[in-house]
Amino acid sequence: MTRRPRIAVVDHGAGNLVSIDQALTTVGAEVVFARDGEALRGVAAVIVPGVGAAEPAMARLDAHGLTGPIRAWLADDRPFLGVCLGLQLLFEGSDEDGATTLGVVPGRAVRLEGAPTLPHIGWNQVERTRSHPLFEGIADGADFYFVHSYVGAPDPSARDVVLATTDHGGPFASAIGRDALLGVQFHPERSGPDGLRLLANFVDLVRAA
Amino acid sequence: MLRRRVIPCLDVADGRVVKGTRFVDLVDAGDPPELAERYAAEGADELVFLDITAAPERRGTLLDVVERTARRAFIPLTVGGGVRTVAEMRDVLRAGADKVSLNTAAVADPTLIIRCAGRFGRQAVVVAIDARTVAGTGRQGADAADAPRAWQVVVNGGREATGLDVVDWARRAVDLGAGELLVTSIDRDGTGSGFDTELLRAITSSVPVPVIASGGAAGPDDFVRAVRDGGADAVLAASIFHRRLHAISDVKAAMAAAGLPVRLVHGAVA
Repeated sequence: MTRRPRIAVVDHGAGNLVSIDQALTTVGAEVVFARDGEALRGVAAVIVPGVGAAEPAMARLDAHGLTGPIRAWLADDRPFLGVCLGLQLLFEGSDEDGATTLGVVPGRAVRLEGAPTLPHIGWNQVERTRSHPLFEGIADGADFYFVHSYVGAPDPSARDVVLATTDHGGPFASAIGRDALLGVQFHPERSGPDGLRLLANFVDLVRAA
Repeated sequence: MLRRRVIPCLDVADGRVVKGTRFVDLVDAGDPPELAERYAAEGADELVFLDITAAPERRGTLLDVVERTARRAFIPLTVGGGVRTVAEMRDVLRAGADKVSLNTAAVADPTLIIRCAGRFGRQAVVVAIDARTVAGTGRQGADAADAPRAWQVVVNGGREATGLDVVDWARRAVDLGAGELLVTSIDRDGTGSGFDTELLRAITSSVPVPVIASGGAAGPDDFVRAVRDGGADAVLAASIFHRRLHAISDVKAAMAAAGLPVRLVHGAVA
């Protein structure tokens, strides 16, 4: 298991990619930054990271010719991890700015209701709702780093995608999974040793795929 | 439950960590990434770099330091000091920072907050507010009647008064797009006399965003009071950690003992 799988990290223009690059490299992946659809050729997995709002992110994916290839990737059920905004984009749309998003998970990105503080910034506990290899070796209730105001809310018919929940004025889906598609609302690349372990587990899943 | 954060702050000048009091008597205290990694191992929840490089042409050094730090410490990093434009903020984020704090430049041109939040999301925009008590307000002595205490915003490292009311500015900054506030009591900064919990409470009861308390930490009990009495979501300190007067793990143990939710790191180095 020493093979270094090539993982495309989608660069949609805003923010820090250094941390996720370093974290993935540390746990044994080879990272390529995807700035166009061509960059997804020959990779073993795709990660969509990101913070901020849905509409500008979708506009940048469109402008760089990435929306179609990402949709095709998801339709083929190939290994995928959405991080923070990358998780929210998997849903049908966002209440934040009315954006239409990728729509592979029934439901919408909605504002965290009843939260004592917004944005939800800091370390919070991730409670498993079912067992999944993404969390292997990580204690149930372990702390991960969050920074967001919106969350992906699956439709009742899609509740079984939820892998873990977190509480901030009420429970929300902090990790989702369906076959090869995975998403986390927190930032594993900024979540210390447990975050690195989660990314290592993802890389193992990619190797096994 | 959301944890209350403990955040070491590193003053960085020309790519090195410096120690000093209020920007004077600066002494070289090491390589920022090395210190950042050590603090992360000791249980720091986040790091703040305050760039106090005097010469703008040497700011490139900062970006290199930010990138080397982001590659060594897998915890969030906020960078402040001298960011005046959206392009400068972009450069700092792309170098590996998660958040940028705006201070003097945001007071001079509040639209900077709108533009930065519009481009990078409000979660990436921290507005740092340096507060000083307005003379003649608050307790005047045992015999004097208490006038309601007020604070004004000061800029340029605390040297220049603005006349802006701190609570009004805090509300406005949040309306414009600040996702978090870093509130420093200039009265208390460097004095070791404890955080100004009255100032913190005035702000935390007025805005919905998380507030980071700064200025005055002497010991673990001060961190407890900043959260319990001041309502702070996070507490920042510099010298007590750099001088190894208290370990981060001791501070967190005191907070946990007081019933505050903190992230305890297994095997954290004391």
